[in-house]
Amino acid sequence: MVKKIRVLVAKPGLDGHDRGAKIVARALRDAGMEVVYTGLHQTAEQIVNTAMQEDVDVVGLSLLSGAHMTLFVDVAVLLKEKQMDDVLLIGGGIIPQEDVPRLKKAGIAEVFGPGTPVEEIVRYIKKNVKR
Amino acid sequence: MTDLAEKIIAGDHRSIARLITQVENNAPDAVETMKQIHPHTGQASIIGVTGVMGGGKSSLIFELALAYRTEGKKVGIIAIDPTSPFSGGALLGDRIRMTELSMDEGVFIRSMGTRGMMGGLTSSLYDVVEILDAAGMNVILIETVGVGQDEVDIVKIADTTLVVLVPGLGDSVQTIKAGLMEIADIFVVNKADKTGVEQTVAELESMLDLVNNQERRIPIVATSAKEKKGIQQLVVQIAEHQAYLKKSQTFEKRRRQRYEAELIEIIRKRLMDFIFDEKKLKTTVDCCIDQISKKELDPYSAADQILGKILK
Repeated sequence: MVKKIRVLVAKPGLDGHDRGAKIVARALRDAGMEVVYTGLHQTAEQIVNTAMQEDVDVVGLSLLSGAHMTLFVDVAVLLKEKQMDDVLLIGGGIIPQEDVPRLKKAGIAEVFGPGTPVEEIVRYIKKNVKR
Repeated sequence: MTDLAEKIIAGDHRSIARLITQVENNAPDAVETMKQIHPHTGQASIIGVTGVMGGGKSSLIFELALAYRTEGKKVGIIAIDPTSPFSGGALLGDRIRMTELSMDEGVFIRSMGTRGMMGGLTSSLYDVVEILDAAGMNVILIETVGVGQDEVDIVKIADTTLVVLVPGLGDSVQTIKAGLMEIADIFVVNKADKTGVEQTVAELESMLDLVNNQERRIPIVATSAKEKKGIQQLVVQIAEHQAYLKKSQTFEKRRRQRYEAELIEIIRKRLMDFIFDEKKLKTTVDCCIDQISKKELDPYSAADQILGKILK
């Protein structure tokens, strides 16, 4: 039996910048994970539905527009609603430090800001993946 | 019947997703469920979409799925991308072209890595096709990885194989090459919004002229997924091909081929599991070593005995 970590990298909302998401996606691939990338402009419903069909272990959200307090939280709420709490939810992008505690309270396990070495994200996922 | 099998037959998406993960990971739990769903399979049309890298296969599948949805059919999509032979990881990006389908409850999309399998497919593909079939999908669209010229394994699974080409791939010499060009049930010249479509179609036609004994001339359909052109014509050609399969009894033959390939794959996997389970292999082998060193047994007879036990 060979278990591979499957990750969904998703861009919620209207922000059109996905270089960061693509770099992270590549780094996770190079760390031996299977990474599904959805492309831009996803709604929270689309992200959660995709996570369900792809049966991923991790959902990574990337957002640079400032709408994280709404969109990240929407995804967390929907995952809970669909009893997908065993999916590790993480986020990254331009997120002010003062928002991080509230995001964590809402169910986002960890937030990675600009300048985070990709190895740190890989390590975090490998250590914290729930299933 | 297992709980999971029941839910899959009822078409529950999360259960489909779970069982696919189990078969991909080669989990022992999957076997019982796979056994139980088999009697519920055989209804779906299986359409393979293969062809060159960057030929627009994902966009074409998206358009085909939309067309089948307007006919009220349930659609399963399996999109395969290459697994890195170095890291074992994979970037699965085919969904980018299919975003609009992600909220449609009549569509189930799964992205898969090849996980070391050659031939443009992945080794659990047979299982995944069975799962989607049992879950009531009327049409299953399989996108292979972008292929070169001899990754042709899709014909072992699909009822109808579409070979997708684009204009400007090269002169007519390319069109008589073996492999990919021999497996098409329908040729699709995609990106027909670009120049050179007529030439590509003409080259394919002249290649087909050289084929002897044509009981069925392979149709060529020019499509533009971007401009949504030629899709309806492609849907019609697929339906005609499937009608032809049933009329000519080729359908039964193809299904038998699929089961044969599937069975061989299961046997291959089990043998590989045994061989790569070093601990188990060592214990099995160990018990013969004494006899071999005492000349009570020769290595060949020992191998026969061991293989006999595995194959029993």
